[in-house]
Amino acid sequence: MKRFIAKLLFLAIIATLPLNAARAQRQTSQETLIRNATVLTVTRGTLENTDVLLRNGKIAGVGKNLNASADARIIDGTGKFVMPGIIDCHSHSMLDTINEGTLAVTSMVRTEDVLNPNDVDLYRELAGGVTTLNLLHGSANPIGGLNTVVKIKYGRPAREFLFPGAMPGIKFALGENVKRSSTPNLPGVARRYPNTRMGVEEVIRDAFTRARDYKRTWDEYRAAVKNDKNVMPPRRDLQLEPLVEILEGKRYVHAHCYIASEILMLISLADEFGFKIKTFQHALEGYKVAKEIAAHGAGASIFADSWAYKIEAYDAIPYNAAIMTRAGVIVSMNSDSDERARRLNIEAAKAMHWGDLTEEQALKLITLNPAIQLGIQERVGSIEVGKDADIAIWNGHPFSVYSRVDTTFVDGVVYFDRAQDLARRPELAKERTALELAEPNKPRPHGQSPQTPRRRPSGHEDDDMEKP
Amino acid sequence: MRILLALILLASPVFAQQIGYPTAQEGVVPPRGVFAIRNARIVTVSGPDIENGTVVIRDGKIEAVGANVNIPSGAQTIDGNGLSVYPGMIDAGTNIGLVEVPQGANGTVDTSEVGELNPNAKAIVAVNPHSAHIAVTRVEGITNALTAPTGGLISGQAALINLLGTAPKEMAVVPQVALVINYPRIGFGGGGFGGFQQQQTANLSDILAANERQVDQIRKMLRDAEAYGRAQDAYAKDKSLPRPDRNVVLEPLVPYVRGEQPVMFRADREAEIRGAIKFAEEMKLKPIILGGNDAWKVANLLKEKNVPVILTGILSLPLREDDPYDALYENPAKLQAAGVRFCISTGDPGAEARNLAQYAGMAAAFGLSKADAVKAVTLYPAQIMNVADRLGSIEAGKMANLVVTDGDLLEIRSRIRYLFIDGRPVVLTSRHTELNDAFKNRK
Repeated sequence: MKRFIAKLLFLAIIATLPLNAARAQRQTSQETLIRNATVLTVTRGTLENTDVLLRNGKIAGVGKNLNASADARIIDGTGKFVMPGIIDCHSHSMLDTINEGTLAVTSMVRTEDVLNPNDVDLYRELAGGVTTLNLLHGSANPIGGLNTVVKIKYGRPAREFLFPGAMPGIKFALGENVKRSSTPNLPGVARRYPNTRMGVEEVIRDAFTRARDYKRTWDEYRAAVKNDKNVMPPRRDLQLEPLVEILEGKRYVHAHCYIASEILMLISLADEFGFKIKTFQHALEGYKVAKEIAAHGAGASIFADSWAYKIEAYDAIPYNAAIMTRAGVIVSMNSDSDERARRLNIEAAKAMHWGDLTEEQALKLITLNPAIQLGIQERVGSIEVGKDADIAIWNGHPFSVYSRVDTTFVDGVVYFDRAQDLARRPELAKERTALELAEPNKPRPHGQSPQTPRRRPSGHEDDDMEKP
Repeated sequence: MRILLALILLASPVFAQQIGYPTAQEGVVPPRGVFAIRNARIVTVSGPDIENGTVVIRDGKIEAVGANVNIPSGAQTIDGNGLSVYPGMIDAGTNIGLVEVPQGANGTVDTSEVGELNPNAKAIVAVNPHSAHIAVTRVEGITNALTAPTGGLISGQAALINLLGTAPKEMAVVPQVALVINYPRIGFGGGGFGGFQQQQTANLSDILAANERQVDQIRKMLRDAEAYGRAQDAYAKDKSLPRPDRNVVLEPLVPYVRGEQPVMFRADREAEIRGAIKFAEEMKLKPIILGGNDAWKVANLLKEKNVPVILTGILSLPLREDDPYDALYENPAKLQAAGVRFCISTGDPGAEARNLAQYAGMAAAFGLSKADAVKAVTLYPAQIMNVADRLGSIEAGKMANLVVTDGDLLEIRSRIRYLFIDGRPVVLTSRHTELNDAFKNRK
């Protein structure tokens, strides 16, 4: 029993280690003046020898020789670069589960219900200058669950992560994942419909046909109830409600797709039903149909890498961002991976290497453009007075492979600071050693092995149907 | 009209710099010849940088390099003004050419044989010279790759290849460069590939016993190979002895069990790295660690036993939640400080091996010097694979595998301007540039 309690205690301590760390370093939204830095504003060019003032969670000043109040924290920005916090338009971090894969239409499920604010990958992403995530449902179904846009307030309760005012959204998906191409045929188990790209179109068409009828039923009810208070309301349908919101332009569609034909299919279907696709996610062959995407008014949120890992990715090219940008598509560079999310700056720089985007165009791929795609461009995505103080200080130009993040702010609060992280390490190492030596954690010659805390696997989470 | 067009092309700077480039399409190997890159910054890697230097290439080799080198008459010359010359990068941990599309196209996957012990599986037999990954990789300045089988306990033999050629034989620098062993991971195998669920429920002593059984499988085969080699030698000396049967599985193991050729152990965690070192010592092998995510925790032992590490996890997530966020970014700097021999690889099957420079650059962002970061993808892998007499630096007599860039080799924004592999000027096209050309102006 004693051993059991000790074990529990160990698990509890391990589980809160990163939390404690974040709590120790977190400070209140203290006024902060960054002096004499190079500021990548995104919307107003690059400003040399410039100060940035953060006050009450907002950017309060950008200019030369700014004044701060007496108790403000002063950061010498000489030789440093300040850029807006990076926005990752496709993430599954902090989701305890990603795919409700049992049905082809799961618009009734919400990622907001499964947020884990203790996911250590959030801290690692802050250390890469990322401040905002678009948490998407997986890609197991043509119409998936609802998304959640968050600010990375690591160490705070989940409800404080929610990005106020972000447009509600939903995940759609097309192609191999939806067809369940990687799911083996098991004897006695029926395959889930759909099994082809034809079936995918039909599933979405059917859902929106039902949604249109459902909307009409409610519209009729709302008209009727004005005259007769005793009219019975229709039965609520949690699956169809979000689709009605899409038809009414109140919910953004983020559609996972790879190949050109399926992109054209969804554009045509959306045009027919009178709604818009906000982003094509991945859109690896978007460059083949860039003008059609632009004409629909959709954006694209893509990778620089990840070609050839499956058939529908074989024609992916790293020039995708440049070709679509030149065609007038709003493009963002996303991670879809807890690993890649830590270095989106480099992924954006790749659009300069492959395709010759300008530095400003490349910067927008991870700042203003994803902000537009999530309906938060009035709040974040550039360094302008009045916008949220979500910024990162880099020790060199963020497009240099040799640069790293010194400090990351969300709403003016420090959520990552490299100097503090380094200072804390000896103490953490000591604590770890002590725990390893503790009696309950020693391996026993003939007994059970010590329990290890469960770790959620990472990677291309969208594509892994088997993962929890 | 045609003449006019030719004149315009000749007058354009791009064309002028491409003198001597054949109009070869993908798949056709350009001929060798005599070339000179003059007036360039030359990063020799093995010695000091040479500002305004010249490199002369003749018949596949570097003939001369230096500040005052005469350009042979008849040499095709590249003006290197504003450009830098580096040795070609080497990715020492891929499966390039063995797999084209890993998911959903099983027919293109040739990485992993059936069964646990396949020392006779040779990468050089199956490597596909026409894989689209090869050109995509080389146009980013990676001239060489180690391509390795992956399956079972003894996976097979890796090849070191030039990323150019129409036949595996033409590409091979060393057809069998190392034996690849997946050092058994504690908690995996001997009762299913259970992962963490198994770790929580199984009995520790059972897990350790299963692990030891797997190590024993490898040990037994290597001992058999030793005996086989002795028997063959004895018979060669004395034909009156009974003639031992030839065995195509054991035969390739002989040079490895005799310590003549290196054995690469895939091992990432501390326990496996320590296990592999101990095992190699017991069997008198010449070990290389492939993977090495926990190498920073074992640095002293690696140094003491002089075991080199091919790091493939620079851009992986830290293994443990409480590892420092930059534990793997910092791994190379920590090994360098401890005096451990290492090099940096993508560990990628092939498609993303083109990002090798990014891996090295990340190590330099976290403590490794920029010069060492370049060495970690040029000279160090060549040394670890015993080919530093031919590859890895710009020195007279070495194979002319050279990259000419318009900036720092590791910076993402730099461009490759010229590429020589085996002294052949390579056209900088790939499946990706071709698709880009086909669609970039679609109206």
